[in-house]
Amino acid sequence: MTREPEQLEITINGRAREFSHAMLLVELLVELGLPTESGIAVERNQLIVPKSEYAHTRLESGDILEIVTLVGGG
Amino acid sequence: MSQQASAQASYRHPAEPEDRPLVIGKYEFASRLFVGTGKYATYAQMVEALDASGTDCVTVAVRRLDLDAPKGEGLLDHLDRDRFKLLPNTAGCFTANDAVRAARLGRELGFSDLVKLEVLGDSKTLLPDAIGTLEAAKTLVGEDFTVLCYTSDDPILAKRLEDVGVAAVMPAGSPIGSGQGILNALNLRFILESISVPVLIDAGVGSAADVATCMELGADGVLLNTAIAGAKDPIRMARAMKLGWQAGRESWLSGRIARKDYATASSPTAGLISGTASPHGASIPGE
Repeated sequence: MTREPEQLEITINGRAREFSHAMLLVELLVELGLPTESGIAVERNQLIVPKSEYAHTRLESGDILEIVTLVGGG
Repeated sequence: MSQQASAQASYRHPAEPEDRPLVIGKYEFASRLFVGTGKYATYAQMVEALDASGTDCVTVAVRRLDLDAPKGEGLLDHLDRDRFKLLPNTAGCFTANDAVRAARLGRELGFSDLVKLEVLGDSKTLLPDAIGTLEAAKTLVGEDFTVLCYTSDDPILAKRLEDVGVAAVMPAGSPIGSGQGILNALNLRFILESISVPVLIDAGVGSAADVATCMELGADGVLLNTAIAGAKDPIRMARAMKLGWQAGRESWLSGRIARKDYATASSPTAGLISGTASPHGASIPGE
């Protein structure tokens, strides 16, 4: 079975990004070189994605992701 | 009972001679000083300053990961999480919705359900938006966060925040990072009198004297960042802040003397040698 090439256009941390294929969130994190276990939190279209869902969340074009960590602050 | 004693009784002057640890929600704190992790020259300097301050709770900010340098050294690599409770803030949020989102992301990072809620109303003064703050507080309490809420020194708003279930109320002494200290001690006293949950003075502290003043007013703790990080010698200032809260707390627990208009001699008036009568023989009221 052949799959149609699926373009993925999403916004990550305010920047538009294009990928040539469909992806799960966990695959995106790996592609970006990000940790998948700790040190980050992800929001998709203003809703938290729990870590346990990273491997089950299929990204869709138009998704807006925020990937955050902790920095120094008061 | 003197006027001073009755005024103190209406505050929360502990009956016990021994101090109790600070408890906020389900958390207990050995230090009453909460310290921010922003604006240090280096991580090494931050670590040393936090150590010198004696704090066991540090504030942190939730920010976008730099996707161009995702593997760079981060704050979390430098904080001993067995030693410090992390208190994520919602700094920089100007709407209740953004603050709630930041709080959820902060909790999702997995270190704590504590949040320092701030909903700002204006970028020049960084004073809180009262309505947004109350709205976000209500939402976060409903989602089982332990909410430590930055607020203005308005006693009525502080009460409203307590009513919606925040775990601690944190009025500003003066604008964030301004170093002006306590501008309205009367309002802070009103808040301390009327609020049952812990009250931490958050923002505006400039020096150790300000911290001592907060504690002498009966505050349960103080939260600061810039006053340490921006000092010429942050580590020495961190130590001063520790001594400041401890001195202020001890002073508060001791029950200070009443303020009077005229002097009271410290040495006995009996047994004076001759020729030392009051120079003009004037009678001073109250003598």
